[in-house]
Amino acid sequence: MWGQQVVFWLLAIAMGAAAIGVVRSRDVVHSVLFLVVVLAGAAAQYILLAAEFVAWVQVLIYIGAVVVLFLFGVMLTRSPMGHDSNRLDNDQRWAAGVVALLIFGVLTALLVDAFGGQQINFGPELVAQGSPQAIGSDLFRTFIVPFEVVSMLLLAALVGAVVMARKD
Amino acid sequence: MIRLFAADPLLTGDIDLTVLLIVIVKTLIIFVMLLVGVMLYIWAMRKVIADMQNRIGPQKAGPFGILQSLADGVKLFFKEQSEPAGSDHRVYLLAPYLSIIPAFLAFAIVPIGGTVSIAGHMTELQLADPAIGVLFLLAMSGIGLYGMMLAGWSSGSKYPLIGSVRASAQMLSYEAALGLAIVGVLVHSGTLSTRAIVNQQAWTGAGSIFTDWYWLPAIGAFVIFLIAALAETNHPPFDLVEAEQELTGGFNTEYTGIRFALFYLAEFMNVITMSAIAVTLFLGGPNGPGLGFVASDSWINTWFMPIFWFFLKLMVLLYATVWVRASLPRMRYDRLMDFSWKVLIESAFLWAMATGAIVVGRNEGWNLWILTPAVALGAFLIYFVLMACVPSDKELEEIR
Repeated sequence: MWGQQVVFWLLAIAMGAAAIGVVRSRDVVHSVLFLVVVLAGAAAQYILLAAEFVAWVQVLIYIGAVVVLFLFGVMLTRSPMGHDSNRLDNDQRWAAGVVALLIFGVLTALLVDAFGGQQINFGPELVAQGSPQAIGSDLFRTFIVPFEVVSMLLLAALVGAVVMARKD
Repeated sequence: MIRLFAADPLLTGDIDLTVLLIVIVKTLIIFVMLLVGVMLYIWAMRKVIADMQNRIGPQKAGPFGILQSLADGVKLFFKEQSEPAGSDHRVYLLAPYLSIIPAFLAFAIVPIGGTVSIAGHMTELQLADPAIGVLFLLAMSGIGLYGMMLAGWSSGSKYPLIGSVRASAQMLSYEAALGLAIVGVLVHSGTLSTRAIVNQQAWTGAGSIFTDWYWLPAIGAFVIFLIAALAETNHPPFDLVEAEQELTGGFNTEYTGIRFALFYLAEFMNVITMSAIAVTLFLGGPNGPGLGFVASDSWINTWFMPIFWFFLKLMVLLYATVWVRASLPRMRYDRLMDFSWKVLIESAFLWAMATGAIVVGRNEGWNLWILTPAVALGAFLIYFVLMACVPSDKELEEIR
């Protein structure tokens, strides 16, 4: 699994650099583009874990829809031209940095605690686990209730957005 | 070769030089085929439209003007590149490639022939057959959107920006309809892999055109797919993206030379890919009758005939796109958006749900003579209830 480690670290470094780019960039659209790199890196990590379906759904949903909507919103609302260097910065950046480090620490500790010693065995079983059939069957048999709850939540958010956006 | 990169992303398994060479050769063939295909498609389009309008069309470069696109391409390569002063340089340079690369990649999942043996390896005549299949097409068309959006934004100029907002709104809207239309086939096929979908439409006699090929069982999805694919590729009558009289061009106004050409290349390539996907999903892909008077395992029936059928079907669809381009006037923008959100998406959704009900009924052995009318009635009822909820133009005017 030596090659996999190398690719993992290459992707991880690229993702980390792009993530720093997201917060350091002076232009919203550039930030959004760095975010795309981070999300694409996450998709590549999924492929590395043989979770092909999740990887492409990540591309389809996050890169193809969510971030496009971000861009759309940015282009329609803010004045998109002209680069005001102070607009994206504020005094809370150190606090934000501390919070980010804390979250990183907590997540690392949790993940190491939960999955630290586990090994993934690559092979046909792993690929079968990540296949669309297996995920569909998990989602709509085992996890149907959480799935429906999440869709209700999204629907509520959607209706809420419409209610707030309407003038009358 | 099947699912090579998913099962083995780092090529650590049993992959020798031959396999690698086959993949490289396939990649090259697809690459060249798409480029030459676009060249010939543009030439054929101009010739056919010229014929329909009693003109001659391109005729100077090469026999029948067949080299006209090549000449245009060479000209565009040597043109001076200009860039607006207010542009965002790096994004401006990136945008054409964000259009063209997904356009190339999307073709990778199209099966253009049968399964053949090369140097002792059985391989499918398609670049890749990932388990997620058609999702890859949708992901690629999602990425292709970035090219348009960023091209308009990074030009630092007002009309291209408006053009790109319009283009991305259109593509987002029709991508939903396109995806839901594909669901109409996936419910039948039960798999996302394009190769498996094609194999299910195998040729077993002339009757399989109507029973096995998905265009008839999924006729509603087929019609919606064709309309949405035209809109998704900014093909007339949905070519609002390049409305000269409104936007002085569109998202690509500030692009010149080869960068401009890349956008056009991507657009025509997408037309070819979408037609090829339509052939794959609905028209049986490379399946068709073999030649009876040669042995069924000779190269004619394993290599040649599937490729011939695939390209024949592709030609027919591409001719239809040219026909549409020559005949239909451009749609009005508000009607374009209304059409997607108020008609196509609902219809595609209801079609998918109705198909789902019928497929379940068939698998469970229910009486289809009762189920089918009941499902159709239910779908129509839901549609009319939905339509009743949509405010009319007059009510919309009052809300505003």
